[in-house]
Amino acid sequence: MLAFLIKRTANAALVMLAVALLAFLIFRFFGDPVEMMVNEQATQADRAELRERLGLNDGFATQYLRFVAHAAQGDFGISYRNQQDVMTLIGERFPATFELVLVATVISLVLGIPLGVITAVYRRSKLADALQIGSIVGVSLPSFVTGILLILAFSVSLGWLPAFGRGETVDIGWWSTGLLTPSGRAALVLPALSLSTFQVTLVMRLVRAEMLETLRTDYVKFARARGVPAARIHWRHALRNCLMPVITLTGMQIGNLIAFALVTETVFQWPGMGLLFIQAVTFVDIPVMAAYLMLVSFIFVLLNTCVDITYAWVDPRLRDDTAKAGGGNG
Amino acid sequence: MTPKNLALASALALATMLGGAAAQAENVLKWGANRDIGSLDPYSYGDSFTINVLNHVYEGLVRYNRELKIEPALATSWEILEDGVTWRFHLREGVTFHNGNPFTADDVLASLARVSDPASPLKGNLPAYVSAEVVDPLTIDITLNGTYPLLLNDLTNIHIFDKEWLVEHGAEKPTDIGAGVEGYATYNANGTGPFMVESRQPDAKTVFVKNPGWWDTPQHNIDRIEFTPVTSAATRVAALLSGEIDFTNDAPVQDLPRLEAAPGVNVLEGVDLRTVMIGFPFRETLASGAPNPFSDIRAREALYDAIDLELIHARVMRGKSRVAGATVAPQIPGYAPELDSVPAYDPEKARALLAEAGVPEGLEFQFNCVSDGLVNEEQFCQAIAAMWARIGLKPQLDVAPRAVQTPKRTNGQTDIYTLGWATLPMLDAYSPLLQIFHTKEGNAGVFNWGGWSFPELDALIDAAGSELDTEKRLAMETEALAIVKREFIMLPLHQQPMAWATTDAVKQMPLFPDNKPRLWYAQM
Amino acid sequence: MADISHPDAPAREDTAMPPTSRRFRLLPAAWADSDLWFSFRSHPSAVFAACLLALIALTALFAPLIAPQNPYDLAALELWNAELPPLWAESGQWPYLLGTDTQGRDILSAILYGSRVSLVIGLASVVAALAVGLTLGLVAGYFGGWVDNIIMRAGDVLLSMPFILIAILISAMATAALPAGLKGLLALPILVIAIAVPSWVQYARTVRASAMVERRREYVQAARLIRVKPWRIMLHHILPNTLTPVMVAATLNFGLAILSEATLSFLGVGMPPDQPSLGTLIRVGNQYLFSGLWWIVVFPSVQLCLIVLCVNMIGDWLRDALNPKLR
Repeated sequence: MLAFLIKRTANAALVMLAVALLAFLIFRFFGDPVEMMVNEQATQADRAELRERLGLNDGFATQYLRFVAHAAQGDFGISYRNQQDVMTLIGERFPATFELVLVATVISLVLGIPLGVITAVYRRSKLADALQIGSIVGVSLPSFVTGILLILAFSVSLGWLPAFGRGETVDIGWWSTGLLTPSGRAALVLPALSLSTFQVTLVMRLVRAEMLETLRTDYVKFARARGVPAARIHWRHALRNCLMPVITLTGMQIGNLIAFALVTETVFQWPGMGLLFIQAVTFVDIPVMAAYLMLVSFIFVLLNTCVDITYAWVDPRLRDDTAKAGGGNG
Repeated sequence: MTPKNLALASALALATMLGGAAAQAENVLKWGANRDIGSLDPYSYGDSFTINVLNHVYEGLVRYNRELKIEPALATSWEILEDGVTWRFHLREGVTFHNGNPFTADDVLASLARVSDPASPLKGNLPAYVSAEVVDPLTIDITLNGTYPLLLNDLTNIHIFDKEWLVEHGAEKPTDIGAGVEGYATYNANGTGPFMVESRQPDAKTVFVKNPGWWDTPQHNIDRIEFTPVTSAATRVAALLSGEIDFTNDAPVQDLPRLEAAPGVNVLEGVDLRTVMIGFPFRETLASGAPNPFSDIRAREALYDAIDLELIHARVMRGKSRVAGATVAPQIPGYAPELDSVPAYDPEKARALLAEAGVPEGLEFQFNCVSDGLVNEEQFCQAIAAMWARIGLKPQLDVAPRAVQTPKRTNGQTDIYTLGWATLPMLDAYSPLLQIFHTKEGNAGVFNWGGWSFPELDALIDAAGSELDTEKRLAMETEALAIVKREFIMLPLHQQPMAWATTDAVKQMPLFPDNKPRLWYAQM
Repeated sequence: MADISHPDAPAREDTAMPPTSRRFRLLPAAWADSDLWFSFRSHPSAVFAACLLALIALTALFAPLIAPQNPYDLAALELWNAELPPLWAESGQWPYLLGTDTQGRDILSAILYGSRVSLVIGLASVVAALAVGLTLGLVAGYFGGWVDNIIMRAGDVLLSMPFILIAILISAMATAALPAGLKGLLALPILVIAIAVPSWVQYARTVRASAMVERRREYVQAARLIRVKPWRIMLHHILPNTLTPVMVAATLNFGLAILSEATLSFLGVGMPPDQPSLGTLIRVGNQYLFSGLWWIVVFPSVQLCLIVLCVNMIGDWLRDALNPKLR
């Protein structure tokens, strides 16, 4: 087990190094930060001088090594656009994205699990058919279209909920939360709904599939035969069996939701990391782009490694590398 | 898990009902801007919008009044000494910074040193400055590199810092991005202006509160400004309609009818000083390597004749722009009405001129536009590309953010491009003449992206730059603008529209042709 | 876990599903009386989706013949006809059935041509990802060792970054780096690459897993002994066994690829406005959402959702039909 742990961790570290190289490669050839930083009236000499001071004239390997060494210490430099330490900047934005993703995840579970159970239990009913079709529609709606529709309906036509921003926030230490104020919670509703649409259908379909399988198992049949009430079978025994995959999926999807939040954040002007990233792309703010890519990949790798290790701990067969290749590293 | 979820769900439902219930007695202006300011340090970044917003916090020695005439601010009077290159400024007494420090000549000296530092991105805004000397605590002499008529215009935008505060926080030098350190002044502000910074979260919210100790009599009644960037135009409109913001300095032109029709929303519109122009390459070859036909004046004229300016005005700009024949707006000193004639739309003549100039049918060239630049830029670029296609050319439209386009423009990796010029903060025709139309050398011709050179024009511009007699100087500038027009160096399209919108909560919001919000004149 | 997928992360790979012996039969006669055809006919939603998708694909394919206007031809755009509402509205004008945009571009024509772009990008990126993924997966699984290690580690790296992020970066980088002259020409291939790069790994992993199992089988060992070439073994014996899960994944990924392209274009790093895909049309139209010009954004959105919906319905049916557990 220890050997597996070390191996998995080393593997994750290697992956992060490669991500760093990729990030660096991409950014090395992308736009020109100098043009964004200088005054419109700066001369060519001014530009050349700034270029030199930023180290943009150094050799490729030198720049990469400098990048990795600094990144390892969480130092991604100063944002070209905001002139602020990049990690501080991302740190300030992280709570906004995290709360959005958290609430979207909660919504997906609260809606997805019951819907999944219903479609599985009443699989031949009209309701289940409608829900199934609804779930396909949910997967097929691009999240930016959902967002636009929600704004049109609830902000513009009905005027119930704010169309942008986080509302009033409260600082708890370095963490700024919107969950403690009415306007903060109101502002969270539409973006979280829009972000969770896809996740709801995902959870619903997974629960349905697992439930269908469980309902066919012998112990459910026995329970039925023994006269255990159907509701009790479905909602307690069978559902409990499906929860492990749902939790795994939810855990692994968090990384994806953080990344996909950048679309939602763009539509709702949500001041999170994703919006920061999209603005950084527009302004060629390379340090911010690099830090964002590294951070999101880190969260991804961390979650995947944790899932792998948990699975290996539960099921020793997966510690063998060949078997793992077929296992859950999604 | 479930009870918690329930609690959260009901909390969300409750939030729906309670949203925006908080009432405040003070006058809070919620300002939804189209973008954030880059920093709290007006010297950190050569960006007009940032400087404009920070003008609420920091002030210069002189300022523009409601009529855009220069009036005393932190300086009460000034005179030019006998040598002709030294200006003496007498400073206002009894002014204090937000932290309570008194304002003195040392502060001016420290600020001038800071803004003219080699690492300062704003040093180009004070091109003639050489040195300054404190005469007494309320008098300072500023020495220039020659006779220069526009020092006061330049000084309107040079904000004054508190020397003690700068020294205390190690911020005497401008923020140096290259050094990789945060500047104290980037997040903290201490000016003399009508508002003080209460808090700032980049890209989310910056709060300004009224400065009770402002030296001037306030003409505003705002206690608090909450400045929020809302970059998406559609979201900004939605926010204004739902009352989430009270004011925006950038209402999308296409949404004005809807905003005007909406109850409780007022639209303020006008024509900006910014003239939108199209520039040509004068190099040997196009970016593609093909010979460049645009160094032939007939080709340039043909492209102008092929643009239906009225149609763009009516459709793309929705009748809100002002069709322009001159490269500066009528309000700008140096403008002359006879230069403002607009050519008739004549595609036949354009074709004939192209043939005469030997431009091959189906000539491909790049047309470089900026997606986050001028008002409806993407749309008018598409429309112009279509008009040029109709006279047998093949413009390749290249639309991308400014960060991507600017290097291509300055390095000559593109052909035809757009440019908007408002002559800010100078408000004089000398600004475009020096920076755009002059041959590229030293501080001149920085925006001469096409690489043209007209010695006759340069001579006029240089003469105007050291002429202290305003009348003579303006005559020279007008003559220079006539050459620009005659040679079709750049094609003026229009002065772009500007539109602000407020909710009924705002009683008075004066709109200025330089498109700069001055909330110290606003009433709620 | 077999039946989940996400636009920005290829689903957990499909190992729960054993390689079935059933294969895709390509001959029409065999196809006509297969189980699959029967299953298809008995699922009205799948039939409906297939018909609608075929209609959309045909109109897109023959757009130059059907569309009233060529939206790419700048000289055909007439600014005077800009912002006309759909025909049934008060000031609608023939032949602008669905109205025009702010440049006088006919929305119907733009949608037909835009669907073509969206479908081509979706199809091409899936084909490219399939080609790369199947090849690399086979090679990795069959040869093992360091080849396998390099390929799969590269896959790990790709999977450790969110799909949408990789696509945005590739597309934005390419657009920024290319000279403007080439940009218009290469916009489509760039998007295909941007979407294909992060999605080949899923196919490679599926095929590799089954290749590793198959190569230990006796018939492969026997074939090796009689010196049958490796590529023959891979192509004729290993590949067919993995086709079922791969085809299901490919169908669903086709829908995801179209969505991804639309998302990139919506964020402004996709197709340029003079060669609009459906996503570009929505991005441009979104600016006019509050100006009363609803048709510019609504019709392309509807078309986009319809296409993805049809693909997903077919994919869903295919997965259920091919999954023995659900029979």
